[in-house]
Amino acid sequence: MQLTQSSVGRKIIMAVTGAMLFAFVCVHLLGNSSLFFGSAALNAYAQKLHSLGPVVWIFRLVMLGLFTVHIIFGIQLTLENKAATPDKNVQIKRLKTGFAAETMVVSGLVLLAFVVYHLLHFTVRVTNPEIYVPIEGGHGMVDVFVMVTHGFQQILPVLLYVIGMGFLFLHVSHGFQSLFQTVGLSNDRTLPVMGNFSKLVGLVLLVGYVSIPLLIIFGIVR
Amino acid sequence: MKLKLHVWRQKGPNAPGKLETYEANHVSPDQSFLEMLDEVNEVLVKEGKDPIAFDHDCREGICGMCSQIINGMAHGGQDRTTVCQLHMRSFKDGDEIFIEPWKAKAFPIIKDLAVDRGNYDRIIQAGGYTSCHTGGVADGNALLIGKEIADYSMDAAECIGCGACAASCPNSSAMLFASNKVAQLAVLPQGQVEAKRRVVAMLDEATACGFGNCTNHYECQAACPKGINVKFIAKLNREYLKALLP
Ligand code: HEM
Ligand code: SF4
Ligand code: FES
Repeated sequence: MQLTQSSVGRKIIMAVTGAMLFAFVCVHLLGNSSLFFGSAALNAYAQKLHSLGPVVWIFRLVMLGLFTVHIIFGIQLTLENKAATPDKNVQIKRLKTGFAAETMVVSGLVLLAFVVYHLLHFTVRVTNPEIYVPIEGGHGMVDVFVMVTHGFQQILPVLLYVIGMGFLFLHVSHGFQSLFQTVGLSNDRTLPVMGNFSKLVGLVLLVGYVSIPLLIIFGIVR
Repeated sequence: MKLKLHVWRQKGPNAPGKLETYEANHVSPDQSFLEMLDEVNEVLVKEGKDPIAFDHDCREGICGMCSQIINGMAHGGQDRTTVCQLHMRSFKDGDEIFIEPWKAKAFPIIKDLAVDRGNYDRIIQAGGYTSCHTGGVADGNALLIGKEIADYSMDAAECIGCGACAASCPNSSAMLFASNKVAQLAVLPQGQVEAKRRVVAMLDEATACGFGNCTNHYECQAACPKGINVKFIAKLNREYLKALLP
């Protein structure tokens, strides 16, 4: 099929799946920020999600699908691009591109590793048994506020989250503007500003996400 | 000026290549880069050695034949300048200069700095024909085309086919080249009849030739001696999406 085989077709698939992953990352951050409204707010949010029942599982499967497609095409395109330049020049000086753009597959794979760790930490709940305590009167449900605030009192998880989000920043700082170009939504007025805007979007996500573990480990949120 | 040159020497397409060092001891700041190389070659010929092979033709920045990576940058990195229009005044006495060929799987080296850019012609060929009425000369004003559209098409058509876009791309992608061909025709009535077929065929041909996929590094625009804008790649992507629709 043209879309899944051609150069631009696969790029468009990357862009659309990337956009959906990006949308999830934004919504997830908004949801997580209910933590700043205290224990009741975060637990209410968590319970609301759980009460959706099968919808949660449909959502998880869709996310898994998006991730898989994005990763498979990402690796495939990267391998083809490497193969297109078998011998490199001795001297290479780049005029425009940067570190983030040149390491998309690396930041992507680190993100994958991070997501696996994050799921084991807070969703499957196997890495730190001491932080998963049942909520009072919650029919065996875990107190999510305790889980997060206790989870981020240890240095190792905080470090892993900060590093993971650093790579999210790298990936989004190139990926956000890239997706507009790929689906054809850019022109000579948007192109000069989108590069910096994309970095700003990455920075907002970075600050938003790392604020949670950092504010907790420094004892500001408890 | 005295310069030390490190030049890529390679006897043939499959021969191993390496950088060799030459001295250029009487360089005038008024010379063009190619004239400087001509003098180096004269010395080599006098010494009975093989001169450095490099491509060139018009030497006035319009034909697209000259093609060298100078100090790691296609055409030497000067804004909107081909190698032939690069002058020695942009270098200074004692400089060391690295001179290498385009390097991409789809641009095989013929000898030294000369590469085969036939694959760019293949991409154009794959684009095919446009439908026009033949016969008597058409009335000049029969087909009106607005100035903005004419300008847009002309900006795309400025490409001289030098290959710097793919040569400077970290993915060796020919997207800037293919996109300006697609865009140039897609906005004109003559090019619209076959637009859907053209964009798909040119992209497939670029992949078949061994060029990589675009990941929006935008190195091509920075390297392009004609300053072709990457907005044409966005246009190509739109044209591709249109082609997918029935
Ligand atoms: C939170 C998860 C992720 C988000 C939000 C995300 C987002 C994005 C976005 C928006 C793009 C630009 C799309 C385009 O222009 O084509 C992109 C490209 C890419 N992503 Fe991801 N991605 C994620 C995870 C991953 C993973 C796990 C990989 C692992 C292989 C990966 C590898 C790539 C590659 C190789 C590209 C292409 C580079 C480019 O076109 O510039 N991504 N991603
Ligand atoms: S787009 Fe620019 S760099 Fe590429 S072939 Fe045309 S003139 Fe050369
Ligand atoms: S020799 Fe013609 S453009 Fe340089």
